[in-house]
Amino acid sequence: MISDMAGLEKTIAEVIKEYLSGGAAAWAGKNGRPAADAPDRGGAVLRDITGQAAREAEFVSGALDREAILAMKRRTSARIGIGRAGPRLLTQTMLTLRADHAAARDAVLKDVDPDMLRSLGFIELESRCADRQEFLTRPDLGRALSDGAVDALLEKCVPNPDIQVFVADGLSSSAVTANLPDLWPCLMDGLHEAGVKTGTPFFVRFGRVALMDQVSELLGAKAVCALIGERPGLSAAESLSAYVAYGAKTGMDESGRTVVSNIHGNGIPAVEAGAYLAELLQAVLRAKASGIAFRKDDGL
Amino acid sequence: MPYRSSLFGRTFAFKDVKEVLAKANERKSGDVLAGLAADSDLERVAAKDALSQMTLDVLRQNPVIPYEDDEVTRIGEDLLDEGAYGEIKAWTVAGLREWILGADTDGEDLRRVSGGLTAEMVAAVAKLMSNLDLAYAASKMEVTARCNTTIGARGTLASRLQPNHTTDSTEGIRASLLEGLSYGCGDALLGLNPVNDTAASLSETLKLLDDVKNRLEIPTQICALGHISTQMEAVRRGAPTDIIFQSIAGSEKGNRAFGFNADTVREAQSLLQGLKRGAGPNLLYFETGQGSELSSGSHSGADQVTMEARCYAFARAFKPFMVNTVVGFIGPEYLFDSSQVIRAGLEDHFMGKLSGLPMGCDCCYTNHMMADQNDVENLSLLLAAAHVNYIIGVPGGDDIMLNYQTNSYHDSAALREILRLRPLREFELWLEEWGILRDGRLSGRAGDPSIFIERLGG
Repeated sequence: MISDMAGLEKTIAEVIKEYLSGGAAAWAGKNGRPAADAPDRGGAVLRDITGQAAREAEFVSGALDREAILAMKRRTSARIGIGRAGPRLLTQTMLTLRADHAAARDAVLKDVDPDMLRSLGFIELESRCADRQEFLTRPDLGRALSDGAVDALLEKCVPNPDIQVFVADGLSSSAVTANLPDLWPCLMDGLHEAGVKTGTPFFVRFGRVALMDQVSELLGAKAVCALIGERPGLSAAESLSAYVAYGAKTGMDESGRTVVSNIHGNGIPAVEAGAYLAELLQAVLRAKASGIAFRKDDGL
Repeated sequence: MPYRSSLFGRTFAFKDVKEVLAKANERKSGDVLAGLAADSDLERVAAKDALSQMTLDVLRQNPVIPYEDDEVTRIGEDLLDEGAYGEIKAWTVAGLREWILGADTDGEDLRRVSGGLTAEMVAAVAKLMSNLDLAYAASKMEVTARCNTTIGARGTLASRLQPNHTTDSTEGIRASLLEGLSYGCGDALLGLNPVNDTAASLSETLKLLDDVKNRLEIPTQICALGHISTQMEAVRRGAPTDIIFQSIAGSEKGNRAFGFNADTVREAQSLLQGLKRGAGPNLLYFETGQGSELSSGSHSGADQVTMEARCYAFARAFKPFMVNTVVGFIGPEYLFDSSQVIRAGLEDHFMGKLSGLPMGCDCCYTNHMMADQNDVENLSLLLAAAHVNYIIGVPGGDDIMLNYQTNSYHDSAALREILRLRPLREFELWLEEWGILRDGRLSGRAGDPSIFIERLGG
């Protein structure tokens, strides 16, 4: 059975490779007709209109200079060379756009996977927002913990850590679900190996960046690091950011925070980000500063 | 003096004009966030009722930010046409609404009265208009402006081509630019939002836009939408531009948060007049959007529709070539969903036109709002029917740099065809020469950006 599985994986990998190398030609279906040379794999591999090959193809009917259009497409990730049905989008282009938007919307609206949070040992808390609609329309309420969460924080979390790292969904729960399992162990291992005293891990639902100021004050942490999902774009729905502040206080300037953004598969990979953050946080502790008062070369 | 209204035997009282104005708004999440919105639908209608009976002189005497405290209020007040104001000052807001909608009132009448309206009056009447009222009233108003070409003539719908790129790569910008031109976009402006707001980077972008415009002999105007001071610096270093852009707010404090004031705009205007590139007389481009004042804490306790109207009172002092609201860019804490965005788009277009501005609209949304591409298409169809001067066009509706969605390059062509509108005349002739447009419809070569390559030399 196991050897069968391995064989199957190999076959799939080969098919995908062959399929992708077909590249633009496989996708150049015109005017609603399926592409004549689209490979028939008997359902082993389905076409994916969000895949790289689909995005790199051009769809202009009767183009004067097809190579020039492909060259233009290599210069930008914008949706160009996409052709038209009269003055409207072709079906495939329209559906790719809708798929990208759907992924972005799901990132905003769905909850972070609770099993993943539990498996990493996170306590689950919430901001003052009652639901997602309130979270989206009342940024002020997302910047503070609910009364119940304050009590739970004081009861369950280790006081006065060197560094309190916590996670919030922010505007992309997908960013947390996608990146945290790889990022978290690297970050914690890095800090613990250096002898840094870290706080009890917790997750805040409907949380925004400035919530870290309240966390810092309640727990008496030297530094706080908030890992938060960023507002999704169509090209990156799973982007996580880390906000770091030394001696954070309610009402502090945003310029007092150090930010590491763009943590996702096509940006800084989660494992790498975890290792980098461990170094950064130690440097922040040594410098006793963050934001504009902290220079990136301070011990890094 | 309190303002009162009675509905179903219940009396509602409002402490001042500012509260009546705020509570008379259609529901917007930004007014709720600011703590200014009506507490109930009934209170909202009561505020509208109180507002409908208010006379225009009361609104003039009660600007939402005092004359002494605010440059925007002063500009609006100092430039008011006293003759026009004298004709209407005793009218109620209800009277103004019905006069605007009246069968005997035409565009010429509206233009004459426009100069006598303060921002608060413009906002007040918008608050008493339904969506179709806003569209109907705006459709009466033809507001033209001229730079190299003339925008806003009845029967036209223009578009700003927005070829943004994630790193300002000139090759990448050029690729999106050619794609847009091949769909008949760009008659209002070839205008890039830069990532790098430096004079050197803006210069490089402007040289590219200018080069394509010259080689292809496109009758249009160009602009790189950096900060106004950066654009001036680029121009002083010899960068070619027809137009200078700035985002504006409805208060002096809001404009200060944007890093400029009226003197900065005057300086830009005289710089361009000396340059004699854009033929003019209209050489500036402003963008606005409900909620921007609240986001910078500069709304002075006033609602977002009134603050938006104040942007237009400021803008008209500088006779811009184009003005548009970036209506869904700001996020759900100001405009929650598609119904709020569509309402705001119709309000802003109407208020801008009533203020005498050549008004367009960036019909757009972000991914954390309850809106999607269908809503953008709805709004653009409503506004095109209401005779909006221009909309925005980006590849496939997706702006890869600003991370939001607006109209696709395709949309202006579809809207023109549905509503029998045409591009700006000079640009239409250019499109016909290239075989992109025939009889107002996209023809054979449309959508093929490679048709320009030979003329551009690779």
